[in-house]
Formats: sequence, structure tokens, C-alpha cells
Amino acid sequence: MGVKLLLDKANVPGIRTYEVYRREGGYRAVEKALKEMTTDAIVEEVKKSGLRGRGGAGFPTGMKWSFIAKPEGVPRHLVCNADESEPGTFKDRYLMEFLPHLLIEGLIISSFALGSNDTYIYIRGEYAWIPDILEEAINEAKAAGWLGKNILGTGFDCNIHVQRGGGAYICGEETALIESLEGKRGNPRIKPPFPAIQGLWMRPTVVNNVETLAAIVPIINMGGDEYAKIGVGKSTGTKLISACGNINNPGVYEIDMTITVEEFIYSDEYCGGIKDGKKLKACIPGGSSVPILPANLLLTTAKGEPRYMNYESLSDGGFATGSMLGSGGFIVLDEDQCIVKNTYTLARFYRHESCGQCSPCREGTGWMEKILQKIETGKGEMSDIDLLWDIQRKIEGNTICPLGDAASWPVAAAIRHFRDEFEWHVKNPELSQTSNFGLQHYADPIHVPA
Amino acid sequence: MATIFNDTQMTEFKRLVARYPEGKQKSALLPALHLAQESFGGWLSTESLDYVASLLQIEPIEVYEVATFYSMYNLKPVGKFVFEVCQTGPCMVSGSDNIIDYIKKTLDIKPGETTKDGLFTLKLVECLGACGYAPMMQVGKIYKEHLTKEKVDSIIADYRAQAANN
Repeated sequence: MGVKLLLDKANVPGIRTYEVYRREGGYRAVEKALKEMTTDAIVEEVKKSGLRGRGGAGFPTGMKWSFIAKPEGVPRHLVCNADESEPGTFKDRYLMEFLPHLLIEGLIISSFALGSNDTYIYIRGEYAWIPDILEEAINEAKAAGWLGKNILGTGFDCNIHVQRGGGAYICGEETALIESLEGKRGNPRIKPPFPAIQGLWMRPTVVNNVETLAAIVPIINMGGDEYAKIGVGKSTGTKLISACGNINNPGVYEIDMTITVEEFIYSDEYCGGIKDGKKLKACIPGGSSVPILPANLLLTTAKGEPRYMNYESLSDGGFATGSMLGSGGFIVLDEDQCIVKNTYTLARFYRHESCGQCSPCREGTGWMEKILQKIETGKGEMSDIDLLWDIQRKIEGNTICPLGDAASWPVAAAIRHFRDEFEWHVKNPELSQTSNFGLQHYADPIHVPA
Repeated sequence: MATIFNDTQMTEFKRLVARYPEGKQKSALLPALHLAQESFGGWLSTESLDYVASLLQIEPIEVYEVATFYSMYNLKPVGKFVFEVCQTGPCMVSGSDNIIDYIKKTLDIKPGETTKDGLFTLKLVECLGACGYAPMMQVGKIYKEHLTKEKVDSIIADYRAQAANN
């Protein structure tokens, strides 16, 4: 059993209510932070913890906080990014649904540290039942004196508001989220200025992911140094992984980033192996945007070392032979899955979600979708594969926000590692409609459970 | 259907606007559109959009550009129950194609269409964040997960019964 800092109380009956959460030691971190610590000391603890943003980019949270501008007389805001929309990712939903007070507690401490009197949770519109859960938790916390005016006699006022989005993946990008929170289309802003200088209503703003803010609670309780001892290297603390696809036990798991990918997939404590006794073909380990890896490169690095479930190990080898931990959306594909079709559905997703602001992304995502559909339906030509490669190269790095990169990487990695499967589709237009390429030559190095 | 909030809806609208600082009432636009859609029969007519603009004291175009950008706002009439079935990667590898085909066949409609009795609309949507519980669909505020053909049958039967009782 690994260390659990976020989900350790998840199975306590009634933990969703204030009464039980408090009885189990909840809100101790708020007491400690507000009564015993200065705002600078809180930021310092977060820096020491080594916590990295859990939304996908992995930027050090303490550093992000230290960038916030503090001009005289201008309000500052903390915004919680609950727009969880990266395919394969459903960990924030779990936290908000089952441990709402953990998020609220983290938000109060973080709001205090940043000086945010009005803090907003921007939640994806489709999670339509969760705002009620969060608002109930907010009301309970307010009634108990943890929110509102002059919290714990410190003179600090704080209110938390929940806003639903309207259904747009792009609003997970922090400047698009801010635009959306201002009642506009989710078009990302050109940076600089960064939100820390001019964010929500052009005021200094920090946007953090749900899991990042929840992790503030154990960091304050145990101290940044102790938190940093968990994990390995720059992958400190614990990470929530949402596992899905063709596995026996899909769900949300908290890991301490020292376990191997093999253990995560095959151990009964986690994914419990591949469903129906099939073989592992490929995996997208960090949400749909990160490079897909064939089984052999997933389980071991190109150097032949075991691969671990952490930021460094999953990206070992760069994009040539590695991937990313990303948001922790772990998508497993078994031997029956078609890489062309999977890539096509992801390309369709990115075309649908492109905001349309930058031409390379707006046009390129549409082209990639059409070409992939052509290959998938048996109408592809060999030159289409090179054309796909060419298009994704022209999107990557040429857009205002990272959606362009996010759309390019899955296509690039699929061609890089599974080019023969694309070619097989082109050469076998009829057969590819009724059967699958399967494992073919990948079968050799693929792990077969004992 | 009248495009004016009743007292309860207006109270909720005022609660939404009160979350934002003075002069930043436009921020309430997305939640206000959700409220309007729920209040005015599940979709937003031009009249509804203009009404929201007038309440927030912004130009109608500011509302149109938002309503057309986000996927959750229906700009034409929909059935009483909208089946929004996820078709993205993780759901696809878990068999969403079969579920979509089954719903199409059972309700005899194509994506984007509504059944003749006005009860059901089928929409194909992109990832809803329920990948571990796939295949799945959203109906109103609720997620229906781990879908099988049998489960789809019973969901449809339940909604038919619910509609018959109203």
C-alpha cells in the first residue's frame, strides 16, 4: 500500500458532510495556516513541498504563487480550475464529488496565502450535479466560521463562488477559463501579460487545478519538507491517476509515484490487469494529448529500464520513445483496439474543441480529422500518412495556446510508433473494415501476465 | 413558451449576478444561459437570448457569440429527454459505437434528431469526464454510466413512464 494523502479518508461513511470531515481532522490545516503562519510562510511551505500543478503542465505551484502581483488597492483572485475535460481524466470529479470539504479547505488556505477575498471555482458545465455538492460544503464551512468575514479573527474575509462552464475543452486553458469566467467565448489570451499580473477582470489572478489545491491541505498539515520526502526526484507527493480503457478495475487511484507502470497496470491494488485476459497493446498514460506508447516502450524505457509512474520516468526518452504523466488520465488499449480509429476519435475531439482563433489549429485539426477518417474507412492512400505528419508538424508550436500541440502530439505519436498499422489500413481497404491489425509484430516484447 | 423568468427563476438569476463585483455582471452570462435553457423548454430561442442580454444590460451580439461557442446550449428545440452519448477515445475503446447504434435503432433516429413523439433527442458528444465508467451518456443533469443494451432499454422505459405520468 502506498502513502495516501488525499484519498486516505475517502471511504469514511459521510465524509462528504462537514461534521464527519471535521471529526476526521478536517480544517486543522486552515487553523494552522491562518493562526500560526504568515502568507509568505505558506508560500514557502508550498515551494519546499515541490508540488507541481496537477492539471497536466506540471508547473511548480509555489513558484506560480510567488509571481502574483500585489499592486496597492487592486483585488487579487484565486480561481480553481475544475474544467476537467482532457479525455481519460476524471480525478477532479471524484475529489469534488466525494471529498468536497478537502477542496474547500485547500481553497481557504490558498486564498489566504494569495490574498483572494473572492475565489471562484470554474467547473465544466457537464458536471451539472457537482455545483450543488460544492455549494452545500461552502455553506457548511461558512456556518462553521471557516468562510465569510473575519475568519478565525484574523481579519481575513473570503467567499467562494461556483460557476458552471458551457461545454468547451478549451476553457481548461487558464486564460480561456478567465475569458469564460468573464462571460465571453473561451478564446485564450496572448501571454504576456500572464494572469498573475493581469488575469480575471485584469486583476492579478492565480489559476490552479482542483487536485493541486486539495494537496495544499496535507502540505500544511505535514510541512513542505515531509511532503517532499514522498515520491522521487522532482515528482514529490502523491498523484491521482484516473485509469480507464480495457482494464479490469477502472477508477481513480492515488499513487506515490514510486511504483512501476507494470505494477500499476497488473497489480490488483490498481488496474488489475487487462480485461478478459487479453494482451496490452498500447497506452496513453497522461490524458489524450500525450503521446501514445506501444506496450514495450510503456513498460520499459528505450534503455531497457523499468518505467515508473512519475513525471521524469514517463517522459524518459523525450517524444521519440517516451510520453508524459500529464493530467494522470491513463487510457489502456488492448490487443483488439485499432490505433487508426482511436487516433481518429481523438483528432475529431480536437477539431471539435479548437476555439478557431489560430489558423493552424482551426484548419489543421479539421484536416487531420478528415484524413484519419479517410484512412479508417478504407479510402486512404500512402501519401495521406505523410500528409498527416506534415500537418501536425505545422500546427505544433504555431498557436497561441497549447491546444494546437495537444492535437498534434497524439497524431504524431500514433504514426511514429504504429506506422505499419496505418500502412496496413491503406493496403487492405476491405480487410481493415472487418478485422483488426491486432498486435502483429508488437507481440514479441509484450508483457503476458503470469 | 413565455421567455420571462418567473419569481423563483428571477431570484436565482439575481443570486448568480451577485457573485461578481459591481459592474462585472456580464460574468453571469454562462450560468444565466443555463438557467434560461432550463426555464424555457430546454433550448434557447433568439427571444430567450435577447431577454438574457436585456437582463444583463449587454448587447445581444455578446450573448449570441457565447451561446454559439459552447456546446451545451441548444439553439433549436430538443426532445424532453436529450441523450448525449460520449464517442471519444476512452468510450470508443469501451464499446460506445455499439451503444450509439443500439440507441439509433431503438429510437429510430439519427444523431441530431428527435423522436416523433417529442420525447427523445440523440446527440453525440465529446468526452464528458466519465472515462472509467464507459460507455456513458448524459441525460439532463445526470450521467448514465456503464451502459449496456439492457440498461439503455430500461432507461428509455423509465423516461417513457415518467413522461406518461406527467
